[in-house]
Amino acid sequence: MTFEAVDICKAFDGFEVLRNVSISMPLDGLVGLIGPNGAGKSTLFSVISGFMPPSSGHVTFDGMSMDGMSASARARQGMVRTFQVPKEFSHLTVRENLMAAAPGQAGESLSGLFLRPGLIRQQEKALKARADEVIAFLRLDRVADSSAGLLSGGQKKLLELGRALMVEPRLILLDEPFAGVNPVLIAEIMERIRELNGRGIGFFIIEHDLEALTRLVSHLYVMDQGAILAEGEPAAVLAEKAVRDAYLGGEA
Amino acid sequence: MLSYLLAIAIITLIYLLLSFGLSLQYGSVGLINFGHVGFFAIGAYTSALLALSGVPLFASFCAAALAAGLTAWPIGLISLRLRDDYFAIVTLGFSETVRIIIVSEKWLTNGVQGVPGIPRLFSSLPVGFEAQLATAGLLLAVCTLAALAMWRIIKSPFGRIIQAIRDNEDALKALGKDPARFKIQVLMLSSALAGLAGAFYAHYITFIIPEQFVPLVTFYVWMAIIIGGVGRISGAIVGTVLLMVFLEGSRFLRDFIPGVTEVEMASLRIGVIGLLLILFTLYRPQGIMGDYTKR
Repeated sequence: MTFEAVDICKAFDGFEVLRNVSISMPLDGLVGLIGPNGAGKSTLFSVISGFMPPSSGHVTFDGMSMDGMSASARARQGMVRTFQVPKEFSHLTVRENLMAAAPGQAGESLSGLFLRPGLIRQQEKALKARADEVIAFLRLDRVADSSAGLLSGGQKKLLELGRALMVEPRLILLDEPFAGVNPVLIAEIMERIRELNGRGIGFFIIEHDLEALTRLVSHLYVMDQGAILAEGEPAAVLAEKAVRDAYLGGEA
Repeated sequence: MLSYLLAIAIITLIYLLLSFGLSLQYGSVGLINFGHVGFFAIGAYTSALLALSGVPLFASFCAAALAAGLTAWPIGLISLRLRDDYFAIVTLGFSETVRIIIVSEKWLTNGVQGVPGIPRLFSSLPVGFEAQLATAGLLLAVCTLAALAMWRIIKSPFGRIIQAIRDNEDALKALGKDPARFKIQVLMLSSALAGLAGAFYAHYITFIIPEQFVPLVTFYVWMAIIIGGVGRISGAIVGTVLLMVFLEGSRFLRDFIPGVTEVEMASLRIGVIGLLLILFTLYRPQGIMGDYTKR
């Protein structure tokens, strides 16, 4: 029951963006990844989630190799990612965004559409109820019927998390979930993440808000210049001199 | 006069079937297809040649839709996984390839000489008004069915996904859906409609030549849906009707404008449409009926 990325390398035109990056976490873990801008964090996410092929290295999910698997196939296996810059379906409402994310809808096949209208009506009703649960969970009630394109940056972040939840994933890769979210809401999202983690959903989180992240995760990776610089229990990792020089020194 | 109006109505309804398909592709999914006429041609030739070899018209019409729909499958498979603009180029190349094959495969299509004597629909009725009326009625029924099916698709979970594709394909992949599968299905469905339109065209005109299937046909359909409003069934209808009425009606305009030859009038017509298109994209990009996806 582990997720592993082993010796991931990625080079663009000879420029190494990722150098032998290895990550290992239990599928129900709560793990963070920090690093200065340009450290390769989002590239690592893209490789892990299948949006970009690695130059070398392997990804395994619960003992199954994901090498060569498409992004959508990886998501269907239960590993869902969000994006640093939210990619909402801007012309759909918030509720429709969530409903579009759910797997196994008969109404998404043309034959089902015309041959099984009863089943589809039933599924849509159940799906709407589930979407509304997620909307309430993420406190998006007020904007449930607004076009997603009109949401604030923070609300879009919540929507991305909500869409990921609709897939009923085992592991969620969150790319800067707190960026642009107000502090009160951050505390709430953290509470939600803990709650979801308690139900067995794993999280691997990239975040710039160090303070929030270290309070949330039980294990922390630090990346710098495309390589893992340190890993371990958050407080211990942040105390390391190399980490302070690379990350905190650069930011403070 | 009445039979002339009926003729315009029939051609308009045939174009409407083409507009529906393109409107679904561009308006809902965001696919830019510049080769729609290729599927129209496949439908026309399939049904014409089958009918001439003795196949009943009902079967030849079905075969036309099937042939066009199935041809779309490999086209979609190779091009829809690429970026959007490649799809536009591939489809444009495809429709020209279809036309050139029709020109050169004389044993099958009689090349540039064309296929004459294609049997009419409702051949039991006397040639003229009654047969025309029956054809128009059948086309109207087919268009209505097509519109209902499109409406059902757009309002369904399938419609939700294809609109999501238009908004953000990567997000959909990240959620475990395969956008290419949906795009191929939309392409096949629209192409089958275009094939059916081709069959109606062939059996109405009764004489088809490759020159009837030039890219201009595709672009007429594009003009219709842009003027009417993309992504709306009503937009496709309004745009197609206006365009066809203008194209046909402007023939008479020449009688009132002295010193304009037939050839000059044809160019003038295209010029006016071009100007309209520019004005629409500048001042009313959502078209006459608006774009329902913009809320």
